[in-house]
Amino acid sequence: MALTTIGAGGEAAASAVRAQLTTGRFDPKGTAFKVLLLASLAVSIGVLAVLFLDVGTSAAPVFQTRAESFLSGGLRTSADAAGVFQALRGTVWIGVFVIVLAFPIGVASAVYLEEYAPAGRLARFIDVNIRNLAGVPSIVYGILGLTIFVQQLSGLTGGRSLMAAGITLAILVLPIVIITAAEAIRAVPSTLREAAYGVGATRWEVTRGQVLPYAMPGIITGTVLALARAIGEAAPLLLCGAVTGLLPGKQGLLDLSQLSDRFTALPIVIADWSRTPRAGFDEIAAAAIVVMLAIVLAMNTIAILLRTRFEKRRT
Amino acid sequence: MTDLSIQRPQLQVADLRGDPRRMRTEAIVRGVLLAAALVSVAISGGIVWSLARETYAFVTQVDWSRVLFAEGWYPRQGVYDIRTLIVGSIWVTVIAMLVAGPIGLGSAIYLSEYASPGVRKTLKPTLEVLAGIPSVVLGFFAISVISPDIVEPLFGAGLFNLVAAGIAVGILSIPLVASVSEDALRSVPLALREASYGMGAKKLTTVTRVVIPAAISGLVAAFILAVSRAIGETMVVFIAGGAAGNQAFEVNPTHPGLTMTAAMATQAQGTDQVVGEALTFQSLYFVGAVLFVVTLALNLLANRVVRRVREAY
Amino acid sequence: MAPDTEIPADLTEETAPDLSPLAHAEPADSPDREVVFEVSDLNVYYGDFRAVRDVEIGIGQKEITAFIGPSGCGKTTVLRCFNRMNDLIDVARVEGSITYHGVDLYDRDVNPVEVRRRIGMVFQKPNPFPKSIYDNVAYGPKIAGVKGNMDEIVERALRSAALWDEVKDRLKASGMSLSGGQQQRLCIARAIANDPEVLLMDEPCSALDPIATARIEDLMQEIKDKYTIIIVTHNMQQAARVSDRTAFFTTEVNAQSDTRTGLLVECDSTDKMFSNPGDERTENYITGRFG
Repeated sequence: MALTTIGAGGEAAASAVRAQLTTGRFDPKGTAFKVLLLASLAVSIGVLAVLFLDVGTSAAPVFQTRAESFLSGGLRTSADAAGVFQALRGTVWIGVFVIVLAFPIGVASAVYLEEYAPAGRLARFIDVNIRNLAGVPSIVYGILGLTIFVQQLSGLTGGRSLMAAGITLAILVLPIVIITAAEAIRAVPSTLREAAYGVGATRWEVTRGQVLPYAMPGIITGTVLALARAIGEAAPLLLCGAVTGLLPGKQGLLDLSQLSDRFTALPIVIADWSRTPRAGFDEIAAAAIVVMLAIVLAMNTIAILLRTRFEKRRT
Repeated sequence: MTDLSIQRPQLQVADLRGDPRRMRTEAIVRGVLLAAALVSVAISGGIVWSLARETYAFVTQVDWSRVLFAEGWYPRQGVYDIRTLIVGSIWVTVIAMLVAGPIGLGSAIYLSEYASPGVRKTLKPTLEVLAGIPSVVLGFFAISVISPDIVEPLFGAGLFNLVAAGIAVGILSIPLVASVSEDALRSVPLALREASYGMGAKKLTTVTRVVIPAAISGLVAAFILAVSRAIGETMVVFIAGGAAGNQAFEVNPTHPGLTMTAAMATQAQGTDQVVGEALTFQSLYFVGAVLFVVTLALNLLANRVVRRVREAY
Repeated sequence: MAPDTEIPADLTEETAPDLSPLAHAEPADSPDREVVFEVSDLNVYYGDFRAVRDVEIGIGQKEITAFIGPSGCGKTTVLRCFNRMNDLIDVARVEGSITYHGVDLYDRDVNPVEVRRRIGMVFQKPNPFPKSIYDNVAYGPKIAGVKGNMDEIVERALRSAALWDEVKDRLKASGMSLSGGQQQRLCIARAIANDPEVLLMDEPCSALDPIATARIEDLMQEIKDKYTIIIVTHNMQQAARVSDRTAFFTTEVNAQSDTRTGLLVECDSTDKMFSNPGDERTENYITGRFG
C-alpha cells in the first residue's frame, strides 16, 4: 500500500507546525549581545594595530636615515646621535643571567615538588609560597635587589651593577619557571613512571630517564616565556641603579668587566627617552621599542610554536 | 656488577640492600633538589627582611603628623602623606578596571561560548601577543596616542595625567582578565549548558543566566587578580602620569598624579645621594611595605576564591 | 607533591552482597613445593580505610598462582605488595608480614629498587617507554649495571616473550608503534630482561583482544618452568586454563562506615577450586551466582 500524501487538512496542520518551529530564529537581543562581545575582542586587535602603527611610523625615520648608527651607538644627550647598543648589551646580559640562574634552580624546584616531596606541610608551604611570589609587584623585587645585591653584597656584585640587576631579574621570573615546569612534569602520564619503577629504577633514574625528557618541551616553552617577561621589565632595574643619562665606557658585548659596572637596558632607555621632552626623543624611543618588540615577539612566537608542536605530539 | 643468573638460596636482608653507589647518587640528588626548592622560601624571606628593616626604622623615627595630617607627598622635605599616593593608585586602578573588566570579560565570553574552533585559533593569539607587550611600551603609547588623541580632547587635560595612565594599565590587564575568565567559563560542565538548551532556552539566556552565574567565582578571582596587577604596575604611570618626585594632594585624575609604585620609582631614580632628610630613603621602603601587604592580601583572596571553584567541580 | 599511581580501579567499584566474615584461608599445603612468598596477617590501608584484611597465603616456586574475585576485593592491592609498588602511593600503609625466601620484604634495610629487580611486574594497560624496542628491553639491565652482551640479553628476552621473530628486523623502531598485544609482550620481555625470579601480572590481557590474549596465555605456559608467576585476573576461565593454584578474594561490608574491605576466602589447587571448592562463597562466584 503506497504512502498517502498529506491531504488538504493535513497541509494546513503541517504549515502551522512549521510556522511554530521556525519563529524566534531572529533574536535581536542575542545577536546584539554577540556583536558586543565580538567588539570587545576587536578592541584588543584594534589597540594592537594602532600601537604598532604609531610606533612604526614614529620609528621609521630613524631606521631610514641612520639605522646602523642607531644600533651601534651609545647613550647621548642629543637624539640625533643616541643609539641602543649599550642598552642592548645590558639586556642581553640580563637574559644570560636569567637562563643561567632561573632555569636550573626553577626546574630543580619543580622536580622536587612534583617527584620527590612527600605530601605534607612542607610541600604545601613551598607551593603556596611560590604562588604568592608570582603575584608580587616587580618593583618590590627591585627593593629586594637594592637591599641585598646592591647594598649588602656590593663586594661581590660591584654595587649598582649589571650583575645585581641580572640576579634580581632571575629571581623575579623564577616563580614563572617553577610553575610552568611543574605543570609540564605533572602532565607526564603516570603509567610511564610505573613502568620504570616496576623494572627497578631509582627515583632519580625514573625522573632523568623518563619524566624530564617527556616534559622538556613544556619546560622550555615556560622558560622562553619567562625570559621574554624578564627582558621587558624596567622597574626593578631602576632600583638597582640603571643609568639613564650617560653611560661612560665602551665595552664590547663580551667584555666581562661590564658585569660589575653601571649599566642600562632597553626598557630603561625606552622609559627615559619617552619622558624626555626634547626634540627627536620620541622618535628614538619608538625606534628602541621596535628593537625590543622584535626581540620579545620573536621569543613569544618561538614559545607558542614549541607549545603547539608539543601538544600535537601528545595527541 | 651482577651477572645474569642470580643464585637463589635462602636470602639475607643484606642481599636486598641495593647497589650503594646508586643509592648514594639518589641521596645526593634529593638533597640538591630540596635545596633548590628552598631557594624560593629564601627569596620570600629576603623580601620580607629587606622591607622590614628600613620600614621599621621609618615607622619608629618619622614624625607621624607629617604622615597622617600633612597633605602631599614631598619626601625630600620630609612630608610623607601616603594618602596622596593611595588616591593616585586607586584612580589608576579604577580606570584600568573600567577598561579591562568589560573588554576582558567580553572577549572571554566570546571565545568560550561563541567562537568556532577556527576563529578561536586565530583570535586567541591576539590576546597572547598583547600579554607579551612590555609595560614601558604601553607607557609610550599612553603619551603618544591615548593622551593626545583621547584624553585631552575629551577632558581638556594636559599631556601627563592619570586617566591616560589608567587606560594604558587597563589595556595591559585585558589578557589577564580574559584568560582567567575564560578558564572559569570553560570549566562550567557541558551538562549545565545542555540542561538549559534542552529546555528551549536561547543562547543569550543560557550564557547570561546559567553559564556566567556558574562561573562567577572564577570571574571574581580574575577581577581580583587584575586589580592586584594594576596596583603593582609601575612603568606606565612613571612615563605617562607626569610623575615627579613630589606631588600635591590631587583628586582629579585629569591632572598629573603619583601612585605608590611611581613614587618608589622616582625616589630611586636620579642622584646617588638622597638630598634632604635621612628618612627620605626609608620612605621608599615604607611605601613598598604598604604595596606588598596590599597585593599579597589581594592575591591570597583570589587564590582562595579559585580554590573554592575547583572544589565545586 | 610526588605524583603517584591512583588507587587501583578495582578498589573503587561496587561489588557483591553481604557475607559473614570468615577465618583466614588455608596456606600453601603441598609439602614438596618450595615456598617463595609467605604472607601472614597482611592488612593494607589507604589512609584510614582498610582496603584488604588478614591475608594469609603462600606462593610456591615456579607455579602460576591466580588471584580471582569480584571488583574491589583487593586483588591488585595485594599483588602490588609483593614488589613494594604500593610504596609509590603516599597514603598506602602495609601492615603484617610478607617474606621472600625468608626475608621480610618490608624490613627497613630492604631496598625496594632491589626488590623490583627480582620481582618484576606487567601492568594492565601496556606501557612501553617512548623509546626503541631495543632500549625498552635493555633498560632494566642497563640501570642495574649488568655487564655482558646487551644484544644477547635483549634477544633472549624477546625470544622468551615470543616477540623476537616479529621485531628482529626493526629493533630500532619505537616501542609504541607495535599493536596492543605486541606492546604487552614487549612489556613482558622488558620485565624478563632483568632475569627476575618472580613475575607479577596485573590483569595483563584485559586491554587486549581474544587472539592477543590467547597468545599471552600460551606464553605464560611456556615460561612457567622458569618463573614464579602471580596473575590477577577478572576472567575465571583464564584462571582455570592457565594457573596451578587459585586464590579467591571477595569483599565484605563494614557496617559503620559503609565501605567494603577485601579479604582472601581460600586458596587451593586450581582443579580443586573449580570442581569442589571448600567455601560456599567460592562456589557461588565460580558458578556465577554472583560476581
